[in-house]
Amino acid sequence: MPDRSCPLLEVEGLDAYYGDFQALFGVSLTVAAGEVVAVIGANGAGKSTLLKTIAGMMPARLPASVRLEGEAIGGLPANHIVRRGIALVPEGRRLFPSLTVEENLLIGGHLGRSGRWTLDAVYDVFPALAQRRHVPSTALSGGQQQMAAIGRALMSNPRLLLCDELSLGLAPIMVREIYSRLPEIAAEGTAIVLVEQDVNQALAASDRVHCLREGRIVLEGNARSLTRDAITAAYFGV
Amino acid sequence: MDWVNTILQGVLLGGLYALFAAGLSLIFGVMRLVNVAHGDLIVLAAYLALVVTGTLGLDPLAALAVVVPLMALLGYLLQRLLLNRTLGDDLLPPLLVTFGLSVIIQNALLEIFSADSRRLQAGPLEVASLTLPGGLAVGVLPLLQFFLAVLVIAGLQLLFYRTPLGRAFRATSDDPAVARLMGLDNRHVFALAMALSLAVVAVAGVLLAVRSNFDPAIGPARLIFGFEAVIIGGLGSLWGTLVGGVLLGVAQSVGAKLDPGWQILAGHLLFLLVLAIRPEGLFPKVRG
Repeated sequence: MPDRSCPLLEVEGLDAYYGDFQALFGVSLTVAAGEVVAVIGANGAGKSTLLKTIAGMMPARLPASVRLEGEAIGGLPANHIVRRGIALVPEGRRLFPSLTVEENLLIGGHLGRSGRWTLDAVYDVFPALAQRRHVPSTALSGGQQQMAAIGRALMSNPRLLLCDELSLGLAPIMVREIYSRLPEIAAEGTAIVLVEQDVNQALAASDRVHCLREGRIVLEGNARSLTRDAITAAYFGV
Repeated sequence: MDWVNTILQGVLLGGLYALFAAGLSLIFGVMRLVNVAHGDLIVLAAYLALVVTGTLGLDPLAALAVVVPLMALLGYLLQRLLLNRTLGDDLLPPLLVTFGLSVIIQNALLEIFSADSRRLQAGPLEVASLTLPGGLAVGVLPLLQFFLAVLVIAGLQLLFYRTPLGRAFRATSDDPAVARLMGLDNRHVFALAMALSLAVVAVAGVLLAVRSNFDPAIGPARLIFGFEAVIIGGLGSLWGTLVGGVLLGVAQSVGAKLDPGWQILAGHLLFLLVLAIRPEGLFPKVRG
């Protein structure tokens, strides 16, 4: 049963595998309600794998290795996990190409979890989407697609929003624009886990940061107090 | 005037072919499953209608109210208990399993109903006709069937593009993994798609049973007509499927008019012609 005294998300000793290849080795991290946590690391460090495993796109072998308010959810299928309030903005956005922008948002909200996020609320945060609500999602620019992907995840009114590489393939101005909206999202008590290769962006947007290297957490700390040298050393392993 | 009549009859027949095709194309569109047992399921629905009309004393069109929900339920269970297990990256397992299903259905029907030709009686409706200007006479029943076919296809179109269920179908078809992230249970969505497909099959089966004789072995040929209509119309487009069915119907009736032995051949020739000239069909919609 959910226990409000537990942290929102606890990941403890999480392993993940692609066939025989082990991608995560005993990863642990916690996220409190309303907190913004960044996970940084080089390509192939296991960042996306971590988010996919939390969201249920990849199986966690031990149920207790992922807990939401104390409830073991590891290994549940993705469609059960989103019901409990964890939404993922997948890497590469992956909007549904045969749906319009608005239909993409509506399908994100089809479970009908109650909360602040409705079509209007999403359009308030991302006005660019409101103007293009009836065009196919493929007709949006990359930045707008990312906004739609975030909006689609928010429509399920998650308690925890997992964002995989929001900056991927976007112009710097668009990256700043999108990151500038995150405080507004977190202000409502939604916790956010950001996976980023762009370290500066991740540090600026988060409260705490974890660095992954080769499937292990090698550094954890306050985003404001970690020194640049410590982060560089952890990131590259030098 | 004779030729106008021939073409008109072909158009009306084409509605039935479009119904054969719609259920097939719906399943392929949502889950990339080629249902080889589709034709036999149509025949199964025809026999079900035969039993329902025989035991409940309903007329064939009223029997739809029983046959459609029964076939939909069968579709849901078939997908949930059997076909979902065959879906994956490989297209072959569902082909093999539905092929096996086709053999089982044909032989079960043969065992239960024998190889005798059957027919559903529609009473006075069967011979009723309308006289059009110019001295053309159109049977009320074929006309009714054609409008029913158009209605079903329009309904499917609305369902796909205007309802939450249609949204779920399209999203799951686009990207099943991300659809799950939205909370959609693919197994359930696929089962609903199969239920819908077999509901259309039920309508097609009843209309077929009223229109012509049927026996347990005619399923595979209905499957071929369905395939041909889908390919002529273009994959993924419901209205294209209707046009494909109508063209196939017209080709068959023109062929039959030239020589009664050429009916089926003319349909196949049109199909081959479209494959040769426009292999993507007349109104393609499927990407990659």
